[in-house]
Amino acid sequence: MAEIKFSEETLALVQKMIRRYPDGKQKSALIPVLHLAQAEFDGWLSAPVMDYVASILKIQPIEVYEVASFYSMFNLKPVGKCVLEICRTSSCWLMGAEDVVRHIEKKLGIKEGQTTPDGMFTIKTVECLGSCGTAPMLQCGSQFHENLTMEKVDTLLDQFRSENKRRSYTDI
Amino acid sequence: MTQKILLKSDHVPGIRNYDVYRSQGGYASVEKALKTMTPEALVEEVKKSGLRGRGGAGFPTGMKWSFLAKPPGVARYLVCNADESEPGTFKDRYLMERIPHLLIEGMITSSFALGARTSYIYIRGEYYYILRILEKAIEEAYANGWLGNNILGTDFSHDVYMHIGAGAYICGEETALLESLEGKRGNPRIKPPFPAVAGLYGCPTVVNNVETIAAVVPIVNDGGDAYAKIGIGKSTGTKLISASGHINKPGVYEIALGLPVEDFIYSDEYCGGIRNGKKLKAVVAGGSSVPILPADLILKTAAGEPRLMSYESLGDGGFATGTMLGSGGFIVMDEDTSIVKNLYTFTRFYHHESCGQCSPCREGTGWMEKIMHKILDGHGTLNDIDLLWDIQSKIEGKTICPLGEAAAWPVAAAIRHFRGEFEEYVKNPSSIKDIKHYYRVNNLEPVLS
Repeated sequence: MAEIKFSEETLALVQKMIRRYPDGKQKSALIPVLHLAQAEFDGWLSAPVMDYVASILKIQPIEVYEVASFYSMFNLKPVGKCVLEICRTSSCWLMGAEDVVRHIEKKLGIKEGQTTPDGMFTIKTVECLGSCGTAPMLQCGSQFHENLTMEKVDTLLDQFRSENKRRSYTDI
Repeated sequence: MTQKILLKSDHVPGIRNYDVYRSQGGYASVEKALKTMTPEALVEEVKKSGLRGRGGAGFPTGMKWSFLAKPPGVARYLVCNADESEPGTFKDRYLMERIPHLLIEGMITSSFALGARTSYIYIRGEYYYILRILEKAIEEAYANGWLGNNILGTDFSHDVYMHIGAGAYICGEETALLESLEGKRGNPRIKPPFPAVAGLYGCPTVVNNVETIAAVVPIVNDGGDAYAKIGIGKSTGTKLISASGHINKPGVYEIALGLPVEDFIYSDEYCGGIRNGKKLKAVVAGGSSVPILPADLILKTAAGEPRLMSYESLGDGGFATGTMLGSGGFIVMDEDTSIVKNLYTFTRFYHHESCGQCSPCREGTGWMEKIMHKILDGHGTLNDIDLLWDIQSKIEGKTICPLGEAAAWPVAAAIRHFRGEFEEYVKNPSSIKDIKHYYRVNNLEPVLS
């Protein structure tokens, strides 16, 4: 197994993040650093990755585990390169989010919560993402895809498949 | 009654950039505050304005500021709550994405009033792309001397930092937000002590919503009295309303408080009426937590007065016949909507988002979701409706933070106003298949048989 270590560039960013907080309060940087870790280490947080983050922030591993398991954006199991997060709460539901989920499930041949065998897609339903006026919507990586129709979903999936790259929240 | 104060420049091309924002009069409030006002005078202006917290609770902002403890030698913090996650609410996202400098300007001016050397903007993790927009705005503000040491040659120095969350509705509760900012799970704290005394890192802290902080800018520029003249009664100023659901024109609208609800729903200036010529069935007026109201009660109060978009008018009649302005998340449902199924999405939401600290909320939200699921599956009984009522009444008021109430109120209101619909589902399970659960988007192929 490859050594778990951030790139020099990410390490510099981590140090910059830590400096935002008062001396001795470097634990505050935990969530921002976990985002970087998830993006850099294959889209999920394994125990060794979390231990590594603990060592950087000089906190106990348990302090990382308890945080990583609390927040819904952190994956504690491997996921596909594109995690399709479809909003399912009131306004999106009113505008047909269920149809979007069923359509994607049918198209990819997997159910919500599952990953395609080729490791390309994971389907996840999530709670309100603040896109209610442009419902239904899904988030993939850092991008919101709004006012979805089935055609739009099809185009999107084709595009993701042809680009074949991992999408992270930290993408620019 | 369109009155644009916060969003007056939202359609100016390039307003996201510093130069354009500055050319539109941006950062004038920082100049005015730092050069001509004392922090105390600024707090007084905000008190005079009557501004109330725009995150949902509606607590007077000036009063909240005046509670801030000021022990000598102890740091004070301003924390901006940009965790916007109340279902139906997307106004802060719009404001930050369109006019990021307005928030940064408000942060500097407000921090001057509070004597805060450092402030943080806690933004929900899903808005990572907006974090980048705000970080760029902060960089521009530093480059132009609005942040850093001795701003405008005065003694006031200030730094603003962004902080990202990671997906947790509960972090919109101010003490949970502070826990999260300290790198912990978002478990709300027991109060007292309030954040004004012991907040971030145990220091005196003010937590304000994005829209609240942005509103400080026009209040300083034009004076508290001018702001208080807008609106109606104790609902002063303007409010950003996030309109969604079965309407012709969903989006974010800035309104002067006091606008009749009927105008807001049907006027072409705002929602533009119900889609496809359908009739209005119900509205959730202030985000998922506030009680749903049927059409007749959202348009008129029980006394027959026109219902207005204001804290007082929406609250008229208490929860028996009224609701709340809340965060301004205005969800409109047409005649085909199943209130029962909509409530299921809400109960699922609160179960998912309960932090698990208090038993009534942790267990109660789960039971409510399960009972709703049972009803929707066609296995419900009339007793289940009473059981739902019983459970919600045992959550409300029995938890550390208001998520308990937020989970209980939608259940109570749906049963209060639409009990017949619940009974219909229970008595005639086959009707569930016939009822249109939601509106289909144009040209969607029906996938469900």
